[in-house]
Amino acid sequence: MAAVMPDHLHDAHHGPTGLMRWITTTNHKDIGTMYLIFSFIMFLSGGVMALTIRAELFQPGLQVVQPEFFNQLTTMHGLVMVFGAIMPAFVGFANWQIPLMIGASDMAFARMNNWSFWLLPVAAVLLIGSFFVPGGATAAGWTLYAPLSVQMGMGMDMAIFAIHIMGVSSIMGAINIVVTILNMRAPGMTMMKMPLFCWTWLITAYLLIAVMPVLAGAVTMVLTDRHFGTSFFSAAGGGDPVMYQHIFWFFGHPEVYIMILPAFGIVSQIIPTFARKPLFGYASMVYATSSIAILSFSVWAHHMFTTGMPAVGQLFFMYATMLIAVPTGVKVFNWIATMWRGSLTFETPMLWAVGFIFVFTMGGFTGLICAIAPIDIQVQDTYYVVAHFHYVLVAGSLFALFAGAYYWLPKWTGHMPDERIGKLHFWCSIVFFNITFFPMHFLGLAGMPRRIPDYALQFADFNMMASIGAFGFGLSQLIFLVAVVKCVRGGEKAAARSWEGAEGLEWTVPSPAPHHTFEEAPVFK
Amino acid sequence: MTHTFDKYFVPEPSTYPIFGSLALLLFGGGAAMWLNGVAAGPWLFFLGIAVLVYMLFGWFGQVVRESEGGKYGKKVDRSFRWSMGWFIFSEVMFFAAFFGALFYARVLSVPWLATGDTAELLWQGFAGGWPTAGPDKPDPFTPMEAWGIPAINTLILLTSGATLTWAHHSLVKEKRGQLKLGLLITILLGLLFLSLQIYEYRHAYAELNLRLDTGIYGSTFYLLTGFHGLHVTVGAIMLTVMLFRALAGHFRPDSHFGFEAAAWYWHFVDVVWLMLFVVVYLL
Repeated sequence: MAAVMPDHLHDAHHGPTGLMRWITTTNHKDIGTMYLIFSFIMFLSGGVMALTIRAELFQPGLQVVQPEFFNQLTTMHGLVMVFGAIMPAFVGFANWQIPLMIGASDMAFARMNNWSFWLLPVAAVLLIGSFFVPGGATAAGWTLYAPLSVQMGMGMDMAIFAIHIMGVSSIMGAINIVVTILNMRAPGMTMMKMPLFCWTWLITAYLLIAVMPVLAGAVTMVLTDRHFGTSFFSAAGGGDPVMYQHIFWFFGHPEVYIMILPAFGIVSQIIPTFARKPLFGYASMVYATSSIAILSFSVWAHHMFTTGMPAVGQLFFMYATMLIAVPTGVKVFNWIATMWRGSLTFETPMLWAVGFIFVFTMGGFTGLICAIAPIDIQVQDTYYVVAHFHYVLVAGSLFALFAGAYYWLPKWTGHMPDERIGKLHFWCSIVFFNITFFPMHFLGLAGMPRRIPDYALQFADFNMMASIGAFGFGLSQLIFLVAVVKCVRGGEKAAARSWEGAEGLEWTVPSPAPHHTFEEAPVFK
Repeated sequence: MTHTFDKYFVPEPSTYPIFGSLALLLFGGGAAMWLNGVAAGPWLFFLGIAVLVYMLFGWFGQVVRESEGGKYGKKVDRSFRWSMGWFIFSEVMFFAAFFGALFYARVLSVPWLATGDTAELLWQGFAGGWPTAGPDKPDPFTPMEAWGIPAINTLILLTSGATLTWAHHSLVKEKRGQLKLGLLITILLGLLFLSLQIYEYRHAYAELNLRLDTGIYGSTFYLLTGFHGLHVTVGAIMLTVMLFRALAGHFRPDSHFGFEAAAWYWHFVDVVWLMLFVVVYLL
């Protein structure tokens, strides 16, 4: 695997400078950087909301915020983290890495790429701004279930338009990624030789194109029910609030795979590097990813076991959901088989990747438990579910994002990240993460409902533990900020192949990657 | 010749995207304010639309100039084809949400309201059936008849699909006069369709008492046909741009994807209408 290095690599940036450079840029690296910075800002904003929630739940009773505001916080925490932090962060990785990994000069539609990004701050202004309008932000939960979402104030409308705008951004971004991967691979790179990160993003992009319009349709119906007298979600007019849940989760379940498949891709790049072995079962990884994506369209009603459904429906959605454990199991098996008898070292990215496998798998297992209809009827809307989806979203998506960040920071900045700081970040995060979310399993099994500002006395101890863990986890993320700033400003110079065992086209260009790479397509062998 | 196309075209930095973002901020923020009675709302909303129109004119204008200037090669052309195809697929999924809502209401929720405990406890005597405005909307209305304007509109759209294909064949055979005529007829048929649709809405409001708030029937009827009408409008605008480009001498037999993209979109809108005609009007 070698690339012909053209001698006229453009290191310099041409065009506007200062702020206008970032506003008008058509460079995938600039845009990737903006995505990553934006997502980290949103991650901290959503984190502050989470910590306010945990502060209120530190003790029983109402101490810190009013219940109405608490509901706004749980809602906005979800929306901000899903649409503002996790999704844009993965798109940032896609922007930086996909052209570098497939040997393309840029994304297929570089101008549209800029617009995809710059729509996000607009959506964030509408979403966060809704806290400051009369009635405050929407408090209907991130799922925005009707009929509650039909009743909220102006904040709800702002959230609806923010979702529309984020949808436009996501669809354009997804089309860009699909076209880039299908059309711009270096000569010789067949689909089945493509890095797995690109495969997972290709499949994720298809999911985005398929389901973001459905979410747009759902919130459009909420909007017309709110203001134009339609009856989609009103039984009095012949509609049904449960219909909203069906349409929402038809989007919502593929959405959770949108947030985890690129994470699988990142981990599948990192494990082979630090095991110094090729990925075990590459083809089965591709097929497993595709199977997960296809199955994700036929499991949505497992979110609705308690809303009322014929027993046949419950059985279908239960078994379909459990079927997803098979391709997911294939993946976990392959990662472990890749490590088996490898020459393992545990630099920061590898620590995060191994941590990911361990903790994400626990989230996967609780998912399997929730999939079983009779158990789910017990744990629906309890902290058990909160524990489950934070194990897959924080320990899954977020940990993989950190793994990827430490892995590719040398390529982005030209400096190796500080191992001590990175490892401190990892150990603090994984310890505090488990202190925060593990007790929530017990709380949920004991019957504590989610989305409430106050609780019965018997839940006090575990809640206090979770709150302490949450503040520890939140503060630990500032270590990441230190690590990144330090890496940008200096540190050990990174070689083109920054990690000993790293394979792939991105490691054939210098570190930091020049402003323009692969203007002549490399030859991929 | 082919050598110049080896490099994939990467555009220079551009200010159009940020204008597009500003436009949607004004549009979305203005709409939210307008809906909640804030006086500045409509102003911001229309300002947003104005900025959006400016951005679309400028951006697409630039793409047209780049295309006619020979900056795009075969590879860029292929990118446009992939992207238009997947964009139309995303539109299919958008309509699927509304078709899904209609299916759910007709097959599931309305019958449920008329049977079992729900009927006993909530609205005794509600018979279900379709069309319905729901159990609690006693205002009588007349549903839209399929074999009037809707059937004529079906014919109009199908004919417009044929005239557009005729225009396309003329383009390939370099018969410029027929290309322009075919496009013009297609656009006029589209406008005729829209006029009849507006007439139908007025008729529904004035004489049938069929309104947007006529329960689930009115909701699904107006949202499905309304979003379709919006897409016909967008398609007609796209075709009008293509007509002006044809008049300006654009498009060559081997390179006219702008035209083809508009045609794909128009045929997609056609197919949506056929489905609408069957499930909204006929059944």
